[in-house]
Amino acid sequence: MRRGAPGNPKDALFERTTAVFAFGVLFLAVLLFALLVRESLPSIRKFGAAFLVTGTWDPVAESFGALPFLYGTVVSSFIALLIAVPLAVGSAIFINEFAPEWLKAPVGFLAELLAAVPSVIYGLWGIFVLVPVLRDYLMKPVADHLGWIPFFRGPVYGPSMLAAGMLLSIMIIPFILSVSREVLATVPRIQKEAVLSLGGTHWEMIRIVIGQHCIPGIFGATVLGLGRALGETMAVTMVIGNRPDILLSIFQPGHSMAGAIANEFTEATGELYLSALVEIGLVLFLLTFVVNLAAKGILKTMVSRASRGI
Amino acid sequence: MRNTMGKRNGRQLGIILATLVFAWTIPAMASDSLNITGAGATFPYPLYSRWFYEYSNSHPGLRFNYQSIGSGGGVKQITAGTVDFGASDAPMNEDELARISGPIFHIPTAIGSVAVVYNLKGIASGLKLTPEVLVDIYIGKIVKWNDSRIASLNPGARLPAADIVVSHRSDGSGTTDIFTNYLSTVSTEWRAKIGRGKSVNWPVGLGGKGNEGVAGVVRQIPGAIGYVELAYAMQNRMTAAALRNKEGNYILPTLDSTSAAAAGAAKTMPADFRMSLVDAPGKGSYPVCGLTWLLVYKEQRDEAKGKALVDFLKWAIRDGQKMNAPLLYAPLPKPVVEKVDKAIRQINYKGKSLYR
Repeated sequence: MRRGAPGNPKDALFERTTAVFAFGVLFLAVLLFALLVRESLPSIRKFGAAFLVTGTWDPVAESFGALPFLYGTVVSSFIALLIAVPLAVGSAIFINEFAPEWLKAPVGFLAELLAAVPSVIYGLWGIFVLVPVLRDYLMKPVADHLGWIPFFRGPVYGPSMLAAGMLLSIMIIPFILSVSREVLATVPRIQKEAVLSLGGTHWEMIRIVIGQHCIPGIFGATVLGLGRALGETMAVTMVIGNRPDILLSIFQPGHSMAGAIANEFTEATGELYLSALVEIGLVLFLLTFVVNLAAKGILKTMVSRASRGI
Repeated sequence: MRNTMGKRNGRQLGIILATLVFAWTIPAMASDSLNITGAGATFPYPLYSRWFYEYSNSHPGLRFNYQSIGSGGGVKQITAGTVDFGASDAPMNEDELARISGPIFHIPTAIGSVAVVYNLKGIASGLKLTPEVLVDIYIGKIVKWNDSRIASLNPGARLPAADIVVSHRSDGSGTTDIFTNYLSTVSTEWRAKIGRGKSVNWPVGLGGKGNEGVAGVVRQIPGAIGYVELAYAMQNRMTAAALRNKEGNYILPTLDSTSAAAAGAAKTMPADFRMSLVDAPGKGSYPVCGLTWLLVYKEQRDEAKGKALVDFLKWAIRDGQKMNAPLLYAPLPKPVVEKVDKAIRQINYKGKSLYR
């Protein structure tokens, strides 16, 4: 460990205090993991790996499998990324590179304001605005004409995997957008001007600059959004239909891990039932952990590749 | 140098901690009033909070602290003895009773019922449904509104050829417990395949979180059917079905038809009040009803608190019942109140009755 100027008692005090905080965070994470494991032991013992690959969720018969919840969380988050990443990155490029000065601040501010809206408000808006509009103007016509494609099969209810994914995408756009803007802003002005002065178009300038410089940062922004989407509870449960089934069509209802816990925890009686719910929490914890770990790994190779390229 | 620093830091930390702990205890020391704590069901919470407010006003020095954490939580807390009373919409089962440290009373406080609501254009409240038809809708055998079995019950009603969109609660709830208890009582198929509980493995349908979630699905989707608490259906003026009761009459969910179910079941009410009111006898009884209970230890551990609690219970089943109807809870009928009073008389502290 590196130390500052020795002998200053205030420095030492400051250093130790921050160390306590840092280890406190680490300790909390470990404690959380340990507690989740301990509380889900009855369920782990009873169902073993079957918990992750079976689809029955029957509290009456005390038979639990978390696959539909896992599926719902992953698929709705994936839909959210599919929609949010192009939108957020596109608008980041527009705001930073093309927008007139007077437009930059208000658009940026409003987009970031979206991040401050509580998720239950998004959920309400989803129920009353997004779901009916999606149902009548997107899902019904698509299901009528393209219903032979398994992903778009009816019947159309409204609350669905697609509605959850779209709502999530709106919720994660501000995160991806603001981080992407920061990343774009780090590109040295001289590099951009260099491309232009060599006769490059705006498009070439952005492609080269982003390709060389910004991809790792934008990837990081995406992972940040994904993390938010995986754990989102209220808004998702309000529009996803809460049906623990695995249905291929994105117009059909599904369920999510966080949603299952929030819905059922308060009235869960019986040790095994509670334990199964905690195990869902454990699975969610591990999922976000693995996603973040993988992201770190990918980011590392990206950064080294990008820096080699320049 | 570093060593002495460490000691000084430790001392400083100690002082900070001591201050924090001290600050924490101040509010507890400042109050000299009697605090009665309870936790449990959310369904009767509006009624209970009104009761506690009114009762504390007329009994200065007595304060209630009720946390509506859900029936399951109420049972857990009273079992652990962390609260003075629990509250639940579902009676404790044998398993739970075996785990508890002393005999416990289920004191009924109000009757709730579950309305079957639907969204059919041009059809007002009163669509007639039999138990068999309701079960088959929820099991997924009847899928269209113009099914001959619904149409034959409702000649003259213009039933659309639309899909029935079934909706149910996605969160664990006493409402679901009463509803599935009813379906299990009237159908052996439902009992064998799905059963009864606060949450079950629904064969079909969309899940909504809370009454408002189910109501949201029903209101937003034409052709939807769902079930919500009576009070919620009334407040939001939802169209509700008339269900055929045991005596063959089609009954709309109202406060009167809910109280009638309890009156009909009063004769056969067991001494511990752990009974279901679904499919109750009586001409005017609505079939999907249930009691909600306060859970109180028969042997109280604190004399002053026990006395206050017994006084309160006495008040709750008499004067308190007058507040039920305005808040859309069905009051306990007279024969039931008399039975409950007998139970309250048995609550004691070291063998001495606390009833005055």
